[in-house]
Amino acid sequence: MSDKSLTSISLDGLWNNNPALVQLLGLCPLLAVTGSVVNALGLGLATMLVLVGSNLSVSLIRNHVSPTVRLPAFVMIIASFVTVTELVMQAFTYELYQVLGIFIPLIVTNCVILGRADAFASKNGLLPSFVDGFMMSLGFMAVLFLLGAMREILGQGSIFSDMHLLFGPMAANWKIDLIADYPDFLFAILPPGAFMGMGLLIALKNSFDDVIKKRAERNKAPVVTGSKRVRVTG
Amino acid sequence: MALLTISSPHTHNNNSTTKVMLTVALATLPGLFVLTGFFGWGTLINIALASVTALAFEAATLKLRQRPVSFYLKDGSALLTALLLGLALPPFTPYWVTIVAVGFAIVFAKQLYGGLGQNPFNPAMAGYALVLVSFPVQLTTTWALSTQMSGQEVLSFAETASAIFTGLPVADAYSGATPLDVYKNLISSGTTDSAANQNTFNGWLNGGWEWANLAFLAGGLFLLYKRIITWHIPVSMLIALSLCSLIIGWDQDLYTPLSLHLLSGATMLGAFYIATDPASASTTPRGKIIYGAGVGVLLYVIRTWGTYPDAVAFAVLLMNFAAPLIDSWTQPRTYGHKKAKRGLPKAN
Repeated sequence: MSDKSLTSISLDGLWNNNPALVQLLGLCPLLAVTGSVVNALGLGLATMLVLVGSNLSVSLIRNHVSPTVRLPAFVMIIASFVTVTELVMQAFTYELYQVLGIFIPLIVTNCVILGRADAFASKNGLLPSFVDGFMMSLGFMAVLFLLGAMREILGQGSIFSDMHLLFGPMAANWKIDLIADYPDFLFAILPPGAFMGMGLLIALKNSFDDVIKKRAERNKAPVVTGSKRVRVTG
Repeated sequence: MALLTISSPHTHNNNSTTKVMLTVALATLPGLFVLTGFFGWGTLINIALASVTALAFEAATLKLRQRPVSFYLKDGSALLTALLLGLALPPFTPYWVTIVAVGFAIVFAKQLYGGLGQNPFNPAMAGYALVLVSFPVQLTTTWALSTQMSGQEVLSFAETASAIFTGLPVADAYSGATPLDVYKNLISSGTTDSAANQNTFNGWLNGGWEWANLAFLAGGLFLLYKRIITWHIPVSMLIALSLCSLIIGWDQDLYTPLSLHLLSGATMLGAFYIATDPASASTTPRGKIIYGAGVGVLLYVIRTWGTYPDAVAFAVLLMNFAAPLIDSWTQPRTYGHKKAKRGLPKAN
């Protein structure tokens, strides 16, 4: 486990073992708040803060906590970081904090975080744990962003609306109306649209993987015919 | 010498999917005729648009799924889905709503599950429910009024087409709420006494809706005669709906009356053409009765206490969820065998 290179840890987090698309963890917040890009990014950043923090702390105490009580200890650490994140959001992005509501405190229960703490950070050193936490949350945020963008475009015909909630006044006019007079497509904004969008993203990822696999097989050294034939019959 | 062992069934009735689909399509003709006669060209235009879109989406998805395109297009199932959707949608539905509904029905509700026969939900109703939930305004303000209801001539072909394709709202004189919707509002405002004076209820068999339902009933009887469907689902559905209405809703000032339940909205279309979809409905005889009764009860419940005036799509989709379970609990005994094992296998 610990002999994994940082590159492979990063690739795992972003693609091969993506928390949202492959592990299917943390789906509740993922599906609930991805109605728009700003909500998705807000939750993604909050999750990143918690995940990186918890991974680092768990990695630091990994040799001092006995395995029997490790889970309560991890949860305590995660809860502390969530509280910190909550307070930070209240201080700097209060409106967004109100929009996201219960889903910020609920990051405690996000399985990605406890999962990474238990499966990775409790067995690895500081630097790999940091990279793993960062990349996993980056992969999670990428999916949140894609889903948020998809649902915002389909649902409201625009993208990047209300970005000032996250990036301050300079982002007030980032909103792009893609289609004039777009009739709200409620289905995309409602939860079923989230499930369906998620399914499509997973299918897309799998089909990309298929293409990559096929290409790799094609690039293998071709079998030379006629030269070294193995005798297979009596 | 070869000994050919031919397995059952030993009697054939020369049916094919295409033939079944065409017969069902044929059976909707009286209803379509009545709808067009009373409410104008809208339904026909919707069906034409839906058919073209359905074939295009079906061909494209089949191509993507690397299945033989013309073989599956020829079975006519996409056309039937389009036909049912066209009949279900309001006559002045904007063209893009129809396209979204058909696209969802064909691509998501049917092909993504593996094509005809694999779909757990009725594709036409899945598409209809999607647009009903997504575009409530476009789907409730676009019902046409018949001449008897509005006192006006129905819109001409050109006017109807322009209403559908330009999206400009039709004059209020030509469009309005359906009888079920109107009656529900009358109940909530406590003015059902004046219901008889409303144009919508301008005498028995005068609004167009009753005739449309009777025509669909006639087409449904034809389907029964041709043995495309069995009696179980429509009969149990209509009986369940009637019983609910008689037991709970006998007071016409508080509940929609039985006559309106049976002969308005999509009741007959639902009972004979939609709930009987062989792929998504229950398949055992006893299961069909339970399934039909479930649709009937849900139809009544959603119409009465839900926010939507009509509920065939939701009732059918909800029972589609239950169909596999119903089937597993109602396995009939095969002739010459002991009682069938029912329900889920016991975990050991």
